[in-house]
Amino acid sequence: MSEVRTTNVEVRLPSRMGFEKVAMSTAASVAKLMGFREDRIEDLKTAVAEACINAIEHGNRLNEKLSVGVVLSAGEDSLEVKVIDDGTGMKKQPAKPDIDRKMHGEEDARGMGMFLIQALVDEAEWVSGVDGKSSYVRLVIRLDKDQG
Amino acid sequence: MQSETKSHVDQLTSPAGHSVTVLRFEGDIASTSKDAVLGTYQALSKATNKIILLDFTKVDYINSSGIALVIQLLIEAANSGQKVYAYGLSAHFVKVFTMVGITKYAGLFPDQAAALAAL
Repeated sequence: MSEVRTTNVEVRLPSRMGFEKVAMSTAASVAKLMGFREDRIEDLKTAVAEACINAIEHGNRLNEKLSVGVVLSAGEDSLEVKVIDDGTGMKKQPAKPDIDRKMHGEEDARGMGMFLIQALVDEAEWVSGVDGKSSYVRLVIRLDKDQG
Repeated sequence: MQSETKSHVDQLTSPAGHSVTVLRFEGDIASTSKDAVLGTYQALSKATNKIILLDFTKVDYINSSGIALVIQLLIEAANSGQKVYAYGLSAHFVKVFTMVGITKYAGLFPDQAAALAAL
């Protein structure tokens, strides 16, 4: 049985808006090294940015004493990204935004981050940490067999 | 950390003779962009600026908070009888805008010439 090699890269972000771009750039660099197509890298950048924004804003509630952990695990044919915060985690799965309801004021104009994450990567799961801490979102994006 | 959003307004006339108000954005479109996006739009007269064109050519990063600002602009425009169009988005953000349904309320064009030709 052949051993699957995984390479890990870790970044810690302050809980301050804007620093999601550091994780976004790091994820893009790792994905580029792995050979992902440019359009998939763009998908990953948006998904990672939105996951970090949720962690900063909702998980750590903009408390700059807390940091957001981003762990990228590059396997042979996929990249897994875990974004970890000190919140209690998401209680429900993301709903698809309804633009008509938003336009008519029946739904908040915001609240699209989780939907975008789920729509742009191959796997997305939200995991609540034990004791209501160290919750994380886990994203996976896979290399297409036909991309070189 | 987030780059400041700059915006300015140009008045153009389409080949068909319509007056078009172009809001040009530069930098990130994020939660800190409220003044640049909504503030710039709200400073325009709703009575005289009936066709609004959003120029994203110099925008590199748009997050969900930035998309929400664009939706708020679309809501105000719809309530004021204005038409909104946009151009200059990368292929990725055309996809994202389509996914969240913005294209139902704002026509997207690849560039300014294509937008003006259609207005």
